[in-house]
Amino acid sequence: MARRARWIAVLRTPVGAGAGVLLLAVLLLALFAPLLWSDQASAIDTEHLLEGTSSQHWLGTDSLGRDIFYRVLVASRTSIMLALLATALGVLAGLVLGTAPVLLGRRAGRLTTALVNIAVAFPGLLLALFFAVIFGVGAKGAVLAIGLAGAPAFARLTQTLVAGIAERDFVAAARIAGVGRFRILLRHILPNIAEPLVVNATIGAGGVLLAFAGLSFLGLGVQPPAYDWGRLMGESLNGIYVHPAAALAPGVAVVIAGLAFNLFGEAVAKGLGVPALVGPRLRTRTPETVPAAPVDDEAVLVVKDLRVSFPGPITPVRGVSFTIHKGEIVGVVGESGSGKSLTALAVAQLIEPPGQVEAAELSFLGAPLLGRLADRGSAATRRRLLGTSFAMVFQDPMTSFNPTKRIGVQLAEGAREHQGLSRRQAMARAVDRLRAVRVPAAGRRARQYPHEFSGGMRQRAMIGMGLMGAPALIVADEPTTALDVTVQRQVLRLLETIRETDDVAVLLISHDITVVAQVCDRVLVMYAGRIVEDLPASDLATGARHPYTRALLAAVPDLDTPLDEPLAVIPGRPVDPSAFPTGCAYRVRCEFVVESCSAKDPELVGADHRVACWNPQGRTVLGIESIRTGQR
Amino acid sequence: MSELRFDQVTVRYGAGRRALTAVDGVDLTVPSGQVVGLVGESGSGKSTLARAAVGLAELSSGQILLDGVPLRHRTGGRRPLQMVFQDPYSSLDPRMTIGDSIAEAVPRSGPPRREEVTRLLELVGLDADRAQAYPGALSGGQRQRVAIARALAGQPDVVIADEITSALDVSIQGTVLNLVRSLQRELRLSMLFISHNLAVVRYVSDYIAVMYLGRIVEFGPAADVLGDPQHPYTKELLAAAPRRGATSLLDPVAPRLSDPAAQAVAERAVQVVAEAEPADPHHPPAGCRFHPRCPIGPLVLSDREHCLTIDPTTDADRRRHRAACHHVAGALQPVTTGSVSKEDSL
Ligand SMILES: Nc1ncnc2c1ncn2[C@@H]1O[C@H](COP(=O)(O)OP(=O)(O)OP(=O)(O)O)[C@@H](O)[C@H]1O
Ligand code: SF4
Ligand code: SF4
Ligand SMILES: [Mg+2]
Repeated sequence: MARRARWIAVLRTPVGAGAGVLLLAVLLLALFAPLLWSDQASAIDTEHLLEGTSSQHWLGTDSLGRDIFYRVLVASRTSIMLALLATALGVLAGLVLGTAPVLLGRRAGRLTTALVNIAVAFPGLLLALFFAVIFGVGAKGAVLAIGLAGAPAFARLTQTLVAGIAERDFVAAARIAGVGRFRILLRHILPNIAEPLVVNATIGAGGVLLAFAGLSFLGLGVQPPAYDWGRLMGESLNGIYVHPAAALAPGVAVVIAGLAFNLFGEAVAKGLGVPALVGPRLRTRTPETVPAAPVDDEAVLVVKDLRVSFPGPITPVRGVSFTIHKGEIVGVVGESGSGKSLTALAVAQLIEPPGQVEAAELSFLGAPLLGRLADRGSAATRRRLLGTSFAMVFQDPMTSFNPTKRIGVQLAEGAREHQGLSRRQAMARAVDRLRAVRVPAAGRRARQYPHEFSGGMRQRAMIGMGLMGAPALIVADEPTTALDVTVQRQVLRLLETIRETDDVAVLLISHDITVVAQVCDRVLVMYAGRIVEDLPASDLATGARHPYTRALLAAVPDLDTPLDEPLAVIPGRPVDPSAFPTGCAYRVRCEFVVESCSAKDPELVGADHRVACWNPQGRTVLGIESIRTGQR
Repeated sequence: MSELRFDQVTVRYGAGRRALTAVDGVDLTVPSGQVVGLVGESGSGKSTLARAAVGLAELSSGQILLDGVPLRHRTGGRRPLQMVFQDPYSSLDPRMTIGDSIAEAVPRSGPPRREEVTRLLELVGLDADRAQAYPGALSGGQRQRVAIARALAGQPDVVIADEITSALDVSIQGTVLNLVRSLQRELRLSMLFISHNLAVVRYVSDYIAVMYLGRIVEFGPAADVLGDPQHPYTKELLAAAPRRGATSLLDPVAPRLSDPAAQAVAERAVQVVAEAEPADPHHPPAGCRFHPRCPIGPLVLSDREHCLTIDPTTDADRRRHRAACHHVAGALQPVTTGSVSKEDSL
């Protein structure tokens, strides 16, 4: 599965591998050191009291003549075990507090949330000392103290994670099905938050180790005759000027073990999380990507022979070519899995490894985004160009906004980063842009959270975010799906107005062919990772030639669809990108198949109106009815 | 077969300055074995109404009755109302097999779970051996079928479908709509079918209710509402809906009229509609809530100032289609739900 692949990918990175090995070593040491070296560590050698480094005692001896090297090794178990215990306690307490809102219902939940918010505000160390005093000195007291001191942070994390999952419809569906709260927590919520929680606990364990060493060092933690690294440090402190090694060794051990936890957690978090805007691992198919043809000034985006592939190997986008000119609105239609979104993501440089983007040419405003020329220009410049001149509007504005931040702040963030505006300037611009996309009462709305916006308003805010810079191209992936017609019309009209006033080009991706027909100048129809038809939007209703385009048009219900028969559907299902058939990919669903269809995939040919089909339908204008009845 | 009735249902979110009345005194009946289609713009309260019915949103006032008995939402036991959600990608737990997701919704007192899952999967046109698959391995249309199967697993009397096809491709949308229609007829389900797409609603519904800013502004048999809309908002929705062969719907233009006064009014009407600010549910307009964007309202015709102050919902029952407009075209003739058979409405 993809998840396992990502774990493996984490271990393949240098940091991930290094931290992984280190962590393993530390854990093995904790497991075996006491078994192997307990005797050496407690052997009292009255001949050598408080001695420095020697060949017999590498790190010297303590006041009873015990070997410090072995004591540091053996202390690893106590140190790490107690740290893990305290972490576990913190996570557990955090889980209880963090999931309380789910279990207790709204009112009691709000109370715990408020409590956690207050507790989080206290410095952890202060809390730990406070609890240490309450629970008394000793290992048990220290575990309780440090564990509880860490609880608020984990509670906060759990709350955020739970809130993200609890909003999802499958939790609502379970509630409607009558599933109890506890079962919902156990079966639906915990499995979905376990991964980030474990990762964060690992990161946290490093800090806990340090904190524990601190308490023991102060004499509040582990008590003699037991010992951990913190106590070893404390004992050797008096002699630090005489025998520095004895005091430093346990300290170094703490740091190494702490780093092992911390780095490993961070590496995993980075590998599994979704870092935004990381340039894809780019590679060109043809080494020479110098734009050979005379440079087209009016071209905003040139895409030639674009391919996107994933390990498997599957290639969901296979050789897509098109050009978008200044101020042009180009629509891309096609069903789910046809590669529309991947095409857009590739253009936006948002395909992440292990995904691979290849193209004969991919250039934006004349600057190559792929290949040698792009490598020469720095990634920072490229990102800057994309950050200011390129805007992306996603399908689901709810997931593209951070639910915990105010809309205005989120709009302002990008502008502060890319345009170097001050906080206030950026905020003023955000309000101005919200007004430009006709969000009512923009000033007040900017201070609201995403969930307080209706779907249409969120989508407008998303477009507003794209307009924070001065984009030359807006790529909108399903911007009006899930909006009703009137709002849809307003969003589309907004895109059209932006195009007119600022000469912005728009790449509009939609599965809804009527939307595309309404606003676009040109329409690209995609099927199975290829463009199968490229035609002027005005020709769509009557002049479509590819059987798939025509079937798509007939499948849209409208106000004249006969009610007494089933809706026209396209028989069969979309092809699986991992197994494209030979020949035309639409072959199995097409009713106009001719012999050549199974032999060879048709090329996209033509000038103003390009079609990829061996048996294109009706050049002569057909009545709508004949397109309908052309269906089975 | 059961009748679902919303009786003066009001749902409020938040408190104080941020309070918002998402659903405001809605009366709506889903007659037994019939489909009521609910249309309206985003933020008008359609989903809130649905969520209130299944207990995901708290009522501020009013009640929801099933066969005349107020609904109670208990855990365990059979839930007479089930809902299918818009987004099949978030409505199925990614870490649970689809078989488990469906089984979870089968009531404890119900039939043996394994057989029931098989039966339901087949009912919605999926292979029973897909039960072990995870949602990630299914296409959007297949997931939506699973979601429908899960809703049916609860043996509901009423199914609420909230935008169930808007996240799907047109080719799949057709199959899901065909499935919904045949299941509804076969099982004689009562259904509240919510969609922003009038063409889709028209295809499945016996009745159509139009919602605007938390209120139902028109309700009637589907064919009547579409054929003879009363409320100007319904007319606007109809004008915006796709029609076969129409290319650009973006900018309606005023007709050329010989009378300059009438021409001015027509142009003004077009302008009012085009410049309409999206309604702000935090501050609903006084009087008729539609007046700021009404092409036959006070902003266009100066003699209609009463629209600014007098709420047309209070005496809506007197008008054809219970239209919430002082200036409906039709005669004053109340409709009664349930008295119109399906054949009449088509
Ligand atoms: N990260 C990935 N790893 C492997 N395969 C992927 C990945 N992302 C997408 N795909 C595959 O690529 C194909 C095309 O995906 P894409 O999202 O571009 O389709 P789409 O046309 O936008 O569909 P939709 O309308 O559902 O968004 C799909 O079959 C999908 O399974
Ligand atoms: S090439 Fe053949 S199979 Fe493909 S769309 Fe054309 S006629 Fe159909
Ligand atoms: S009551 Fe007045 S403003 Fe409201 S819809 Fe009717 S005419 Fe328009
Ligand atoms: Mg997509």
